[in-house]
Amino acid sequence: MSAAFVAQARPLASRETILAWLGEVMDPEVPVVSVIDLGIVRDVRWQDEAGRASRVPSLLVIVTPTYSGCPATEVIAESIRSVLHAHGIDEVEVRTLLSPAWTTDWMTPAAREALRAYGIAPPVLRATGADNAQVIDITALTLRLSRVAVPCPRCASRKTRLLSQFGSTACKALYQCNDCLEPFDYFKPH
Amino acid sequence: MSHKFQYLLRLGDNCLVLSQQLAAWCGHGPALEEDLALTNVALDLLGQARLWLSYAGEVEGRGRDEDALAFGRDGLDFRNLLLVEQPNGHYGNTVARQFLFDAWHRQLLAGLCESSDPRIAEIAQKAVKEVRYHVERSAGLMIALGNGTALSHARMQDAVNMLWPYTNEWFDSDAIDAQCASAGVAPAASSLAAAWRADVETVLGRAGLTTPTYTGHQRGGKLGVHSEHLGRLLTALQFMQRAYPGAQW
Repeated sequence: MSAAFVAQARPLASRETILAWLGEVMDPEVPVVSVIDLGIVRDVRWQDEAGRASRVPSLLVIVTPTYSGCPATEVIAESIRSVLHAHGIDEVEVRTLLSPAWTTDWMTPAAREALRAYGIAPPVLRATGADNAQVIDITALTLRLSRVAVPCPRCASRKTRLLSQFGSTACKALYQCNDCLEPFDYFKPH
Repeated sequence: MSHKFQYLLRLGDNCLVLSQQLAAWCGHGPALEEDLALTNVALDLLGQARLWLSYAGEVEGRGRDEDALAFGRDGLDFRNLLLVEQPNGHYGNTVARQFLFDAWHRQLLAGLCESSDPRIAEIAQKAVKEVRYHVERSAGLMIALGNGTALSHARMQDAVNMLWPYTNEWFDSDAIDAQCASAGVAPAASSLAAAWRADVETVLGRAGLTTPTYTGHQRGGKLGVHSEHLGRLLTALQFMQRAYPGAQW
């Protein structure tokens, strides 16, 4: 019996099924949101077998990094492979695509709520649009952080202040609530 | 060697060298927040350096990858600007160097987003978002320190004066810049000068600092003629791969 025959005997998992499986892959730095919720996985598709040396069907997973230097990128690719292997897909290619550049605007409403429940304030502003136009007045740029009220994820107070423009990871800033006094991470609009 | 390869080395080496400089602050920042910020900026720049140098290796076509280019070239083969190799000094020196660079870097990347080379455009579109945040932070620090105490004000003015001679090299157009500009690969080097100058004057003005009028500029980094600081920096950066070629984690 040829390998091709064996492969065809089992139907290929659908796109929806695969995306549901990848919904189990959590961001290693923020373990309450998945790579699907964050918009890191851009597409999945079965690769055309034509021209391939192996006749075993191969799944292509297209991902995009959050930040250029994000150390989680390689861990995420490895986690994607191992979840798919666990579901019986042996041939997986994880390909990185830079364009369009990842933005927090792709985050799902469920992901924003999960972040808030976990104690991380979700992005307040949309990252794309008038507030982040390519050409921006540098004076406005230096005032932008102080203009935005970031609600406290614990007590919902809007009286909060920026402690540090960078927090525990590149994608977060550190804030403190002036009412409940708790410090908290803020997922920056990007 | 192709013009595009040389140009990509310039982009990648600026990010790599500045990243290495900022990483030296890790554990030594004046406050935890500053320590975190500098290392995060260093991480962004390192990620950008990897993207530029990987592409440079592909364009060169001699089988050199990002690691071979970062760890296997001598100082004379580095194409970074002289500004980024200037010593960290005290924190004010590091902040001033960062602001002057960030303000230029943002203009450059905005121009590269329109590159006729799709790979360059997509790397720039990714990087410009990060650098917009860098300049927001470094400009804010310039303003805070310039308006701080008499000592912080004096130190920031000294830092700006000392670094000023290194802030014109990036607007000089040589054959490599001209070739890339005419092919639509990169914006003309001189085209960024007016916008950079306007941004810098705005921020220095709000910081209560004087924009230097000194015009005796230093140049050479883009062609591999470096200050004495680069060699020492590369000694630390490249030690492991020089001592144990091909070593991996």
